[in-house]
Amino acid sequence: MSSADSGTASSAERVPLLEMRKVNAHYGAVHALRDVDLSIYEGELVCLLGGNASGKSTTLKTLLGMLKPTSGEVVLDGEVVNDRPTSYRVARGITMVPENRRLFKRLTVRENLQLGAYLRKDSDAIAADMERVYELFPRVKERLAQKAGTLSGGEQQMVAIGRALMSQPRVLLMDEPSMGLAPALVQQNFELISQIHEAGMTVFMVEQNANMALGIADRGWVLQTGRVVLDDTAEALLANPALRTSYLGGGKGNDEGETAADDAG
Amino acid sequence: MSLAELSAAHGPSPTASSSGDGTSDDAPPRPPFAQDWHRIARMGAIGAIGQIFISLSNMPVKLDGRAIIEGVLSLGYLSLVVLPLAAGSRVGHQLRREGVPFHRPGAHEVIGGAACGALVGGGLSLLAMLIANFDLREPLVNWSPILADLLAFNCGTAFAVIIWLAIGAAVGAAGGLLRVVPPLARRVLWTMVLTLFGSAVLESLTTDLAEGMGIEGLIDWFYAPRGGLTITGAIALAAGSGVLAFVARGRIKGAKARIDALEGPARNRAHLGLILATAAVLVILPMFAGKLTNELLANVGLFVLLALGLNIVVGLAGILDLGYVAFFAVGSYSAAVLTAATSPKIHPELPWFVALIGVVLLTGLVGLFIGAPVIRMRGDYLAIVTLGFGEIIRLLFLSDWLSGWFGGSQGITNIPGAEIFGLAEVAGTDPRSVFYLVLAFCAIAIYVSWRLERSRIGRAWMAVREDETVAEAMGINTVNVKLLAFVVGAVLGSFSGAIFSAKVGSVFPASFLILVSIVILVVVIFGGMGSIVGVIAGSAVLIGVLGGPKQPGLLAEFSEFKLLIYGALLVWMMLARPEGLIPSVRRTRELHQEELAQDAWLRGQTEDEHEGNGESSARQPSGEMS
Repeated sequence: MSSADSGTASSAERVPLLEMRKVNAHYGAVHALRDVDLSIYEGELVCLLGGNASGKSTTLKTLLGMLKPTSGEVVLDGEVVNDRPTSYRVARGITMVPENRRLFKRLTVRENLQLGAYLRKDSDAIAADMERVYELFPRVKERLAQKAGTLSGGEQQMVAIGRALMSQPRVLLMDEPSMGLAPALVQQNFELISQIHEAGMTVFMVEQNANMALGIADRGWVLQTGRVVLDDTAEALLANPALRTSYLGGGKGNDEGETAADDAG
Repeated sequence: MSLAELSAAHGPSPTASSSGDGTSDDAPPRPPFAQDWHRIARMGAIGAIGQIFISLSNMPVKLDGRAIIEGVLSLGYLSLVVLPLAAGSRVGHQLRREGVPFHRPGAHEVIGGAACGALVGGGLSLLAMLIANFDLREPLVNWSPILADLLAFNCGTAFAVIIWLAIGAAVGAAGGLLRVVPPLARRVLWTMVLTLFGSAVLESLTTDLAEGMGIEGLIDWFYAPRGGLTITGAIALAAGSGVLAFVARGRIKGAKARIDALEGPARNRAHLGLILATAAVLVILPMFAGKLTNELLANVGLFVLLALGLNIVVGLAGILDLGYVAFFAVGSYSAAVLTAATSPKIHPELPWFVALIGVVLLTGLVGLFIGAPVIRMRGDYLAIVTLGFGEIIRLLFLSDWLSGWFGGSQGITNIPGAEIFGLAEVAGTDPRSVFYLVLAFCAIAIYVSWRLERSRIGRAWMAVREDETVAEAMGINTVNVKLLAFVVGAVLGSFSGAIFSAKVGSVFPASFLILVSIVILVVVIFGGMGSIVGVIAGSAVLIGVLGGPKQPGLLAEFSEFKLLIYGALLVWMMLARPEGLIPSVRRTRELHQEELAQDAWLRGQTEDEHEGNGESSARQPSGEMS
């Protein structure tokens, strides 16, 4: 795993792959994001921490273009993409692995993977990428003709990641990868994420389980009621007494962050 | 388990129970009277209320005129023995459903069924007594002596009370017995019953065909002059079908399994063979059929076309469109305006096939206009708005504002038939030609549906159906994709409309009631959403046998109870077989695989986790995906 220091040092000269500049977003009257600044550099594994309703999923929706910011800019590889639809952003390399995996349950595993490559027309390269997914997850290959909804939780997670990889992403957004999985599978899932990262993928994940997420991430932010309250390297965040005492609550469980998050910062 | 064993089951065998290896054959039968009386009473009461409802809906009296077997059973009396049979069979199935271990079916099931059946039949006894003593004709129009006489077989109230208890008990016991006899016997029995019922229902069809083929003599032997099977004919049919079912046991399923097991080209060849054989039958059959049969086939075909269109919208894209009739209406009216000389405003009098291009364009445009605002909504809201648009289109055709164009409530009449490249004229006076035209368009629609389902756009539709938000996150432009489904569905519906106007020769707003939308939707749900074969079967059964919104089916006597039966079928279908009559392959596969997955889960979920852990840490990333 690359050290957190080198991640921040190099980021000073490079242009971020994906960036949010002073973004505000609303759901009707609810001010969901307040002046959020984020920057994700090529090759990084970064995480956004926060409790329930802190604006984590809103951030992902805004990055993906499923929610329009009321002010501020979303910048993808130097280009302001505020007015671009989701399909444009997906075609240019953002992909999301949704919360709870959310596979197309009544479609086969193969169809799920094919849908990941929906915007691509290069059938040879798609076939080659399919093979890569099989190499990464040999189990997925065994289940190709099966309904996605009949797979086990761990297998579904593999298909969800495989589906996302099929769009040839440059940055992978992961919404709560630990949610809804058995503890042993959570561990396995984080190992999977760091493997993909080590293979060169830029990963931005949104998590409640701060201990687990910071264990593999380079940098992190803590979001609280739509505002970034902490922005530091993973090591510094783990060492930060404010986060340690309030947000992490000293616990290692999956759900403890939810309640403790309200006291953070 | 055989019938010999059944009689042996009466004697308890203590040694058998001690073996306790879990197979039901070695277990002692449950004591015959150790029933779940609460459940039986409740089910019996529900059945009894059902019987009274059926009687007071006047179904038995109306349907008594239609004989199933001459002098033995009429459709009216049949409607009164269905419920006791179902109740008895369900009671007999109760223990199995609850998964009671160590239970061998026997007298317990029969007695439970008989008790429940007697209660259900008792509903009619009660009704007979009430009719004899009170006069409630004022609110209940069918509270009549005719019904009383029918219930009493013209032998007085006391006889009615006793006979319905007895009939209920006997039929209920038969229902319970169905759960006791071995599966093969049950299958043979069902085949016999369905053959008898089917041949009685199809009487006009078979007679018509036989006349066309010049074999009336044979048919006269089977059918009585005043309708219904003759007794000898019924016995012959029952025996013949029973023997056939016995001989064919497992073979049809085996053949199907063999075809399913085939790989690649061999399987395609087998399917192609089946399709060609069906097509050949459908092309040859109408040549021998008379006007009525062809009329019926044409009506079924029109609904197949409509249902295939709606199937794309509802079954594939998951858009619950309750106003589908709008596209049928626009198709009919635009064809009428473009071809008829009597069209009020403009009358280009185009040949039918040229007009069809205009029809497709116009309906596609209307689909876009209706779809654009509607498609952004989801779920219930969308359904309600489409319902509204369906009515708006009809009201527009009816309105004074557009009566200069479409004739208001007078509609457009004297629409010429469809001329097919100067070869033949297709009009309502020649139902056979209409059927062939419909058949051609059905073939096109089936091919298009089949191709679309396996295409990239078909996958996008299914993705939107499964999870619209994630589909959007995959980069699918959900609005455009759904709009396309709406337009494709609209165009398929317009074909049906264009043929309809040429066939009937006139279009009125009254032909496009909301009922049409509902019937098409019921056909799709009944047949199996997303399943092409299911949709066709659904149309054949519902439209062919019961009849469409205005078109009579084979059981013309049912017309007045059509909606009641539609409703009952829909409710039963949702409870018992939500995947539809002939579910799509993917749905069956899904159900089957869920079982497999559960089994696997039961066998070793912990093993799965451990294994998973080991693998993931051992596995190396294979290379960058970007």
